[in-house]
Order: sequence, then C-alpha cells, then structure tokens
Amino acid sequence: MTSEHTSEGKPVTGGKKEATPDKERPDWAHGLRRLYDSVVEEELPDSFKDLLSQLDSKD
Amino acid sequence: MGAEKRTASEKADFKRELTEVVPHLRAFARGLCGRADMADDLVQETLLKAWAAQERFQPGTSMRAWTFVILRNAYLTDMRRNRFRGEYDETVAERVLTAPAGQEEPIHLSDMHRALLTLPPERREALLLVGAGGFSYEEAANICGCAVGTIKSRVGRARAALNTMLADGSIPKRSIEDDTAHRAILEELDDVAAGQGVAARS
Repeated sequence: MTSEHTSEGKPVTGGKKEATPDKERPDWAHGLRRLYDSVVEEELPDSFKDLLSQLDSKD
Repeated sequence: MGAEKRTASEKADFKRELTEVVPHLRAFARGLCGRADMADDLVQETLLKAWAAQERFQPGTSMRAWTFVILRNAYLTDMRRNRFRGEYDETVAERVLTAPAGQEEPIHLSDMHRALLTLPPERREALLLVGAGGFSYEEAANICGCAVGTIKSRVGRARAALNTMLADGSIPKRSIEDDTAHRAILEELDDVAAGQGVAARS
C-alpha cells in the first residue's frame, strides 16, 4: 500500500521540476494520510460483503 | 468504447478489482462527507452503479480512479439534494485517535478531520485525492474532470488553509452547518459538478 503513497502524488513525468513538496511538509500531511489509511485498514462491514456477493445475480 | 458484452471471466475480473477498491472508496467517501454511515451508503451506491456500468470500464485501467469518479458524482448529486452537510463524526475521530499508539503525532487527527471538512468541497476532494489517496495531479485532474493546473491550485489553497487553521488552532467550529456557508458550498458544488469527471463519461 505504501508504494502508491510515496511522493505526495508528485508527477514523475514531464521535464520541469514541480515545486518540491518537501520544503513544506507540515505535520498534518502525515495525519491526512493516516486518516485515509485508517479507514482503508478497517475490516469491511458485512453489509459490503453481502452486497458484493449479490452483484452477480443482478443481471 | 467497451460496448461489447463482457465474458464471464471478464466479469469475474471486474468483480475482483471492484472488491479490492472498496476500502479505498470508503476512505475517500469518509473524507468527503465526514460521517461514516453516510459514507458507507455512498460507497454502496457507487458499487451498484459501477456494477451496472461495468461495460464502460476499460480493463487494464485504474479501477480506483474509475470508481472514484462514480463516487464523486454520486456525492455531488447527493450534496445538492442536501443529504450531506459535511458533518463531523466524533466517534470515528475518537477511534482513529486512540488506535495506533506509539507514533509521535503532534496534530490531533480529530482536528485534522474537522479542519478538512471546513474546506470548500473542491479543495477538500483535491487534497484527499493527492494528499491522502496518493494520486498524481494528472490522475486527480482526470477524476475531477478539470485541468491539472486547477488541481494544483486547489491542493495549494487547501494546504495553505490547513496550515493556517492547524498552526494557530483556528478551526471553525460549525461553519459547515451555518446556512450562509452551506449555500456558498452548494454554489461552488455546481461549478465542481460542471466539470464532471471525464473518466465516467456516460
């Protein structure tokens, strides 16, 4: 998961350098990612498992 | 493109990929609308829509980006129907705060979340996509259906606003439920919705 979370989404392509995010990486930037990751890591509620298992019969 | 019927194995692939992105959809939705129950409703709606539209998904492209567009459009529609007011979910924040101890965390995540929810929606989503979801500016621009420069400027403004709020602790308490603020947000939403994500053109 961390692999796609590396460079703050800084584009790697393109010749010119973007403003470096490193120069201002405030404390909260880390918190923002943790907010997101904490939800990603939650166990999936049963309602989702049910919904996913019912999808096939939907068409 | 992709109008042809999918084979059973393509459907199985689609479903597997769709299943894999559910946690990300939940995280994005939670960041957007702030309340866990509403966010999950939104994700369920998204999954049904994605399933119904699966023939428009191009295998090999990013399922996460494709479904985020669907979720985002569903969110914007619901917002305009007044379902979400960016309410802050205290219980989630509490749980997040107490979960993984041991790491030095100078910022309270509940403050973080609350500050995030005071941002105008288009800045909030830009920051969520780039700063939390790990999308590149280009990918985020694709999801939001706007220019890369627009995304950069939204992310920049969102960062500046959070810097200010979190540095001096001036997080507005209830600005989102304030009627004037809410109306302003809805007006901005119309602008955001005008640039419907290109990836989900239908």
